[in-house]
Amino acid sequence: MTKQAALFKYLLQLGDNSLIQGHRLSEWCSRGPILEEDLAITNMALDHIGRAQAFLKYAADIEGKGKTEDDLAYKRPERQFYNKLMTELPIGDFAYTMAKQLLISTFEYFQMLELCKSKDETIAGIAAKAVKEVRYHLSHAKDWCIRLGRGTNLSHDKLQNAFNDLWMYTGEFFEMGEEDALLMKEGIAIDLQLLKPKWEEMVQSILKEANIQIPGTDYFQIGSRNGIHTEHLGHILTEMQYLQRAYPDATW
Amino acid sequence: MATDTQLDLWEVFIQSIAGKDYVHAGSVHASDKQMALQNARDIYTRRNEGSSIWVIPSKYVVASNPEEADMFFDPANDKIYRHPTFYAIPEGAKQI
Repeated sequence: MTKQAALFKYLLQLGDNSLIQGHRLSEWCSRGPILEEDLAITNMALDHIGRAQAFLKYAADIEGKGKTEDDLAYKRPERQFYNKLMTELPIGDFAYTMAKQLLISTFEYFQMLELCKSKDETIAGIAAKAVKEVRYHLSHAKDWCIRLGRGTNLSHDKLQNAFNDLWMYTGEFFEMGEEDALLMKEGIAIDLQLLKPKWEEMVQSILKEANIQIPGTDYFQIGSRNGIHTEHLGHILTEMQYLQRAYPDATW
Repeated sequence: MATDTQLDLWEVFIQSIAGKDYVHAGSVHASDKQMALQNARDIYTRRNEGSSIWVIPSKYVVASNPEEADMFFDPANDKIYRHPTFYAIPEGAKQI
């Protein structure tokens, strides 16, 4: 694997995580439990899509085939997407979305903090902007998890069930491949294994405060590193890519 | 009037830049102060309107009674001497 190929894949992972998570959050538009929350979630969706645009634009530059970020977002097939499986899971109910956001934002918080130190200036720059956004997403999700976890029996059970369902997709957060090893030597990529204890500590302390038990999952689903996805990604892409597939290069 | 089922109401005040007055921006629904601040941030500062936010439970706002408006406000109508309009504004002064 060349450095260029490694960096391209690394950027696709970063971009795809944001793109698919942003797309899922955008599904809450007009469906929030209250107007205020509707706006809060769609603001977060926009943060993710903005970040995806930045990473995919850089990925297109590195690929050097004259593509744009839109080409990468709207014309790539499913098997070439590298987003984490958790991001593509359906939004479920509000508790499920908040549980998912907590797990992802906690990871992204430490990830972006580390990426700020990347020797690749573009990555470090995007990460520096993202850290501020992610801190807010994390704070928002944390507050909601605590409210729901300590709320009624029903809200607690919904949240606990969400974490039970989602936990098997957290193992993948810390999986590393050939591209990580190559880029770590260059000081570009970060060591995800070092992130794991920090992530665990923060998630555990928040869940404790929310009266949520850490699920005793011992099977962790992987696949996205090789472009292998759950059945849900294909449905997202069908909707997301429809216009560009039906009317290539359409503009308005 | 339909009952408001969407959590408690809070009034939102936004300061555009440090040193300026906090200006009433509108209201939000929230069940606690943290949520009120976050909702205010998400609704009223998403286009860079603010650098600081106050939220205050609407139930603590004490409002004047419209029926007493004549007693409250009319007596000020003919007190033109209370306006500082008889002073010349020094040249170069932007605000007094």
